[in-house]
Amino acid sequence: MTVESSIEVPGVLYFIIVINAVLSALQAIRASRLLASAFWLAGVSVWTSMILYLLGAPEVAVIELSVGAGLVTVLFAFAISIAGEATLDLPSLIPKPLTWVLFILVLLLLGWLAWPVSGANPPLTEPAYADVLWGQRSLDMWMQIAIIFAGALGVLGLLAEGKSPIRKRPQQPDQEVEP
Amino acid sequence: MTWSVLQIVFVGVLGLFAIGLYGLLVTRNLIKIVVVLQILVKSTLIALVLAGKASGQINLSQSLVTTVIVVDTVVAVIALALAVQVQVRCGTLDLKDLSKLRG
Repeated sequence: MTVESSIEVPGVLYFIIVINAVLSALQAIRASRLLASAFWLAGVSVWTSMILYLLGAPEVAVIELSVGAGLVTVLFAFAISIAGEATLDLPSLIPKPLTWVLFILVLLLLGWLAWPVSGANPPLTEPAYADVLWGQRSLDMWMQIAIIFAGALGVLGLLAEGKSPIRKRPQQPDQEVEP
Repeated sequence: MTWSVLQIVFVGVLGLFAIGLYGLLVTRNLIKIVVVLQILVKSTLIALVLAGKASGQINLSQSLVTTVIVVDTVVAVIALALAVQVQVRCGTLDLKDLSKLRG
């Protein structure tokens, strides 16, 4: 089922949502505090999930909203509370002119390659999402289970912050043997 | 000139990708780098769904995006865990300071 089959969404709405997503991403980069940056990133997730929903992908829109705006934001807040706020106004390691040259080059190449594709709009004639996910891509699902297990181990690493890496054992005076 | 919906979204993908790329080039804080990577992945998510919509295979793209979201979340978790451990052990989150460390 696609969204367009039931509701005709005006292009202006897409434009507003896309602009909001880009502005939120810009604020996430420019924010001087890490926590503010994480919350702006959650905003990007919300706008991204709205775009995905309007494009006709409601299943992944819900996953993106719950995982991207919920779980990842909580993880960021937790990590920042442990690591603390740091200075973010540090100069770049790469020279600014080189940064801008790379930036413009990649954008031009990407736009030149992919712009013609965005004009197509063929009819949707494929199996249902569940059939594709569990039938055609079942190997991916097994890999995802293994990756989620790795993520659980990563959370254990995140929680292990209280342990000091090197601890000197205190010398016990009663064990010292005089020559 | 009238733009289609897919073209409007494609411009948004380019904008998000551009911001993520620029941030990746100029950022030195480890946690901020994870934020920037998340922005890059979000642009890729939209691009995948856009490609599925343009080719008439949106359910296939949805299954791919599901995998990307799972992997991206795990990458964020492990990267944040590493950043926290680096802060605890070395006392800094700055990439430049880390590159000067000698074991």
